[in-house]
Amino acid sequence: MGNKLEMDITVPNQTHYLGLIGKIGENIAYTLKNFNNNREELAYHINLVLTEAMANAIKHANNNDPDKEVHISINVTDNKLYIRVYDQGQGFDISQKNQLQPDPLEGHGRGIFLIHALMDSVTYTSCENGNVLEMVRSLDSGARPQSEGETETGADQE
Amino acid sequence: MEMLTEERDNVVIITLQEERLDAHNSGELKSQLLSLFEDGKVNIIVDLGAVRFIDSSGLGALVSGFKNASAQEGKLKLAALQNQVKSMFELTRLHRVFEIFPSNEDALNSFQQA
Repeated sequence: MGNKLEMDITVPNQTHYLGLIGKIGENIAYTLKNFNNNREELAYHINLVLTEAMANAIKHANNNDPDKEVHISINVTDNKLYIRVYDQGQGFDISQKNQLQPDPLEGHGRGIFLIHALMDSVTYTSCENGNVLEMVRSLDSGARPQSEGETETGADQE
Repeated sequence: MEMLTEERDNVVIITLQEERLDAHNSGELKSQLLSLFEDGKVNIIVDLGAVRFIDSSGLGALVSGFKNASAQEGKLKLAALQNQVKSMFELTRLHRVFEIFPSNEDALNSFQQA
């Protein structure tokens, strides 16, 4: 039997909830069946992209507004992990420059780079009441993009 | 954020006592470091042994501390990184920026030998 999981979570627009959502993401990695790669690494990566995407939504898209919310949707099919993070704001910049490896001495600007480095595809599109950042990663064995040059992005949601 | 701060041989050792260093608590580390710099304490070791998760904000707080220490002729060094945390430094090439030691003692010795 393959993997099939759908999860929808809505949390207040507060960084306090980053740890909770990250932990849920990690636990998903440990429940996947027939995953033969490094499970501990996958758990960390899911935790990280959820944390980065939520932090961007909370701080940049939703402007730290405590009355707003962040909605997270996690879907696993047989061989793909889909993570969608919905904000209620004006959006934030995931343009080409933010996919590039940042200068190591920059104090900020690594979040979007990390998401692109760890996921196979990343899109950010407008939707009802805000925007959605969709991140997809194949769970098949084999090579996975490790640098910005190998990731893809686009204006359209899949 | 839970952290222990002690001073040994003119080096301040900050031992983080959190599993996560992320966008929720990295601002507190940044503030603590700035407070030390204002007091003229510029040689610092950050012990990350308890930290099993770091995000871009956590990395940014450490980079900020590194740059401030360097600007005042000091050094900020790191100790006791867990494997997954270390891999984040490698992915962002920060392992080439920071001096990273297996333990506090090793980091402390490097200050004495300098």
